[in-house]
Amino acid sequence: MPITRREFVLGGLGAGVAGAAGLVLARQPGGKTPGAPAAAPGAGAIPSAGGGSTKDGILVLLTLYGGNDGLNTLIPYEDGNYLGGRSALGYQPNEVLPLGDGLAFHPNLKGMKGLWDAKQLAIVRGVGYPNPNRSHFRSMDIWQSAVPDDQEITGWVGRWLDKTGDDPLRALSIGGSLPRIFGGDSAAGAAIPVGELTLPGGPTVHSAFAAASEPSAGASPLAARVAQSGKDLLTVDDAIAHLLAGQPANSDATAGSTSLEGTGGANSLTPQLDLVARLVKAGSPTRVYGVSLGGFDTHANEKATHAGLMADVDTAVTAFFKSLEGSPEGSRVVLVAYSEFGRRVAANGSGGTDHGTAAPMFVAGPRVKGGFYGDEPSLTNLDNGDLKFTTDFRSVYATLLEQLIGVEAKASLGKPFVAVPFL
Amino acid sequence: MAGDETRSRIAHLYRRAGFGARPEELDAAVAAGYEATVDKLVDLSVADGAWATMPAPTFTPPPVIAQPADEAARRAAQQAEQRANREEGRKLNQWWLDRMVLSTTPLRERLTLFWHDHFATSIQKVKEPELMYRQNEIFRTAGAGNFEALAQAVARDPAMLVWLDANENKKGKPNENFARELFELFILGIGNYTEADVQEGARAFTGWQYQRRTGAFSVLPAQHDSAAKTIFGQTGNFGGEDVVRMAVAQPASAPYITSKLWSGFARPAGASDPVVRQLAAGFAKDLDVGKLVRAILLHPEFVAPASRTGLVKQPIEYVVGTLRALNLRAAAAGNNLPQTLEGLGQQPFAPPSVGGWPQNYYWLTTSFALTRLRFASTVAARARLDGIASASVADRPAAVARLLSVDGWGPSTSAGLAKVANDPKALLTIALVAPEYVLA
Repeated sequence: MPITRREFVLGGLGAGVAGAAGLVLARQPGGKTPGAPAAAPGAGAIPSAGGGSTKDGILVLLTLYGGNDGLNTLIPYEDGNYLGGRSALGYQPNEVLPLGDGLAFHPNLKGMKGLWDAKQLAIVRGVGYPNPNRSHFRSMDIWQSAVPDDQEITGWVGRWLDKTGDDPLRALSIGGSLPRIFGGDSAAGAAIPVGELTLPGGPTVHSAFAAASEPSAGASPLAARVAQSGKDLLTVDDAIAHLLAGQPANSDATAGSTSLEGTGGANSLTPQLDLVARLVKAGSPTRVYGVSLGGFDTHANEKATHAGLMADVDTAVTAFFKSLEGSPEGSRVVLVAYSEFGRRVAANGSGGTDHGTAAPMFVAGPRVKGGFYGDEPSLTNLDNGDLKFTTDFRSVYATLLEQLIGVEAKASLGKPFVAVPFL
Repeated sequence: MAGDETRSRIAHLYRRAGFGARPEELDAAVAAGYEATVDKLVDLSVADGAWATMPAPTFTPPPVIAQPADEAARRAAQQAEQRANREEGRKLNQWWLDRMVLSTTPLRERLTLFWHDHFATSIQKVKEPELMYRQNEIFRTAGAGNFEALAQAVARDPAMLVWLDANENKKGKPNENFARELFELFILGIGNYTEADVQEGARAFTGWQYQRRTGAFSVLPAQHDSAAKTIFGQTGNFGGEDVVRMAVAQPASAPYITSKLWSGFARPAGASDPVVRQLAAGFAKDLDVGKLVRAILLHPEFVAPASRTGLVKQPIEYVVGTLRALNLRAAAAGNNLPQTLEGLGQQPFAPPSVGGWPQNYYWLTTSFALTRLRFASTVAARARLDGIASASVADRPAAVARLLSVDGWGPSTSAGLAKVANDPKALLTIALVAPEYVLA
């Protein structure tokens, strides 16, 4: 691991659950909520169900690890320069799913095309940031911290968590590890596995575990975090057990295999999104969920690999929105898909593409104003063989923070960014 | 120095360099003293005492499919190979875990794990367990030697060639995957090379091939771009070996590698950290990894409080250290050990990316805490706990601390242990997930 760059400082959280009806999460006395914006339901409150304010949304962040090939996802099929650089890797006009503006979806994004036709999918074109970094790790750090110029260690959602109390359920990441997105200075989201959440042992062991997880005076920061992770586990385990008591798992959404070639994203996407859907429908107070899929680092023999990944994303996302249909909580959900970078315009001769820059972001949900946003980057006016970005990714984050979460974006992003009007 | 402090320092030394000390091992090391114990740990010229009882895993070569074969026969052969690979991968995993558990020269295995993390390569893409084993042996045999020799060996290692698409890197059609990670992750660190260095470096590695049939490395002259390249400001007719040599000779390399080793054994620190710079100055002279590790273990900052509380056990260290302490082998930890390590986030031979595994806070999520608790409960049920059971209830927490080579328990853990002191298995379970034990 390249030293500390993926670490974030996590201090003491204090969270408690009052499990009445399994839905109401109460803040412990002394929980700090300085600066919690009035518009944010935040921890502890049950946000009003859909139909009211658009600022009570639920954000689902889908991270595509490895650098998704944006040009083979949203395909500029009418531009001769597309196939010019990708004769074998590219798709012919008769293979793609046209969306308008000379752009089309990858053939396997049929369900996403359905969301587009239903005007529930916004596509922000040419998203990136100045001086693009082509390292997976550095660029993902930039996307997850939203601080391109510095080695920022907190995440853009983590900084929102810092300001809104101490309930670990506010942000849930599905999987073992917690992406930088969810790490703040003093607060952090919880990570939960796709599978069984039951703790081993009986009440005596649990009570001993709870006692051993109490904060200790003089404990080192890491030791304090070990204790806090135990405390949060008990909180989350109890709350989720209550929440999911009446929400059976989708039998089709069994745990999948691990990702093909690293760069994150351990589980296949469908079971992750199935768990999110169950938690949403059960009324979890969670405002931000994290899911992920890996394997997008397609340097060689990309076409089949990428087509498989497109199908995975399409199947999982389509099933997710289908399972939320008719649920008032489901109407609050907005799913946002992004990757650390796109890939080169021209194929590399190994039937793949090397690390690139700007790429489209996808924003889906019943509340989303479907359509194209931002300008499609030129395929000829390039920066060293790579696309020039047209929309800063922090503009998308600013929109999500202000219009969906209902907080001032500047507090998390450091400076103002022009919103993208997809909400 | 008080006896307790010496004991505490040597226990720390063993946790970092040797997967933890067993009680009798710690007693003997305390009698010998800190420096003598360092010298014993870093002496890798002696054969490992467990080696003889642990034959290397065997592998069946991939089947040769007669050409032309019909589609059904081809698919059947492919499926048979996948099945064989899964089974061989499982055995390879258990073999390495047992080596770590039983090794009498544990620093060798600890360094093997370190380099596996540094030159992170995953079986998920490499597929063939035998190639992962061969790479693992490079780390084991060359991991304490000269760093350039190690880097040269890894650059032509078949698993690495498959992992970073070497076979696709051809004259006129360079593939940057290997050259980029070589500079960014393996030798220099980000910011110490240019995009042009990556592009030109990729050209120098064109034609480097792994022959799947023979398992041999070769440079195919027809695929190698032998024209001039400009890398790190030098222009020449460079090949891949030149690029590795030139990268290792860059001033940024020694501090970067030193920072990785210091961060792995002492506490996280970047290349500009004063201790790292001081150690790197020595390392730059000979690139001798073994000497650098010895210097790290003997550095006053290694036993300073910031280092003593500066690392969380990686899951493999956590599992291996626990099995060593409890005298269990990998198989005895239950058939689900591979799933346990997956649930803890660190499967051997399957790092999450070419960047290896993150450190410290990365391991401290609620999800990993749950798997730790389950593992602790499983091994506590399987271990022989006579030594704890025979102690009085009041003395049992101290007996567990001695068993696990922990200095002692803080107030919260003590309160938790007191609730289960009448049940040795529950007592051990709680001790194994306590902060005092989870930290390295």
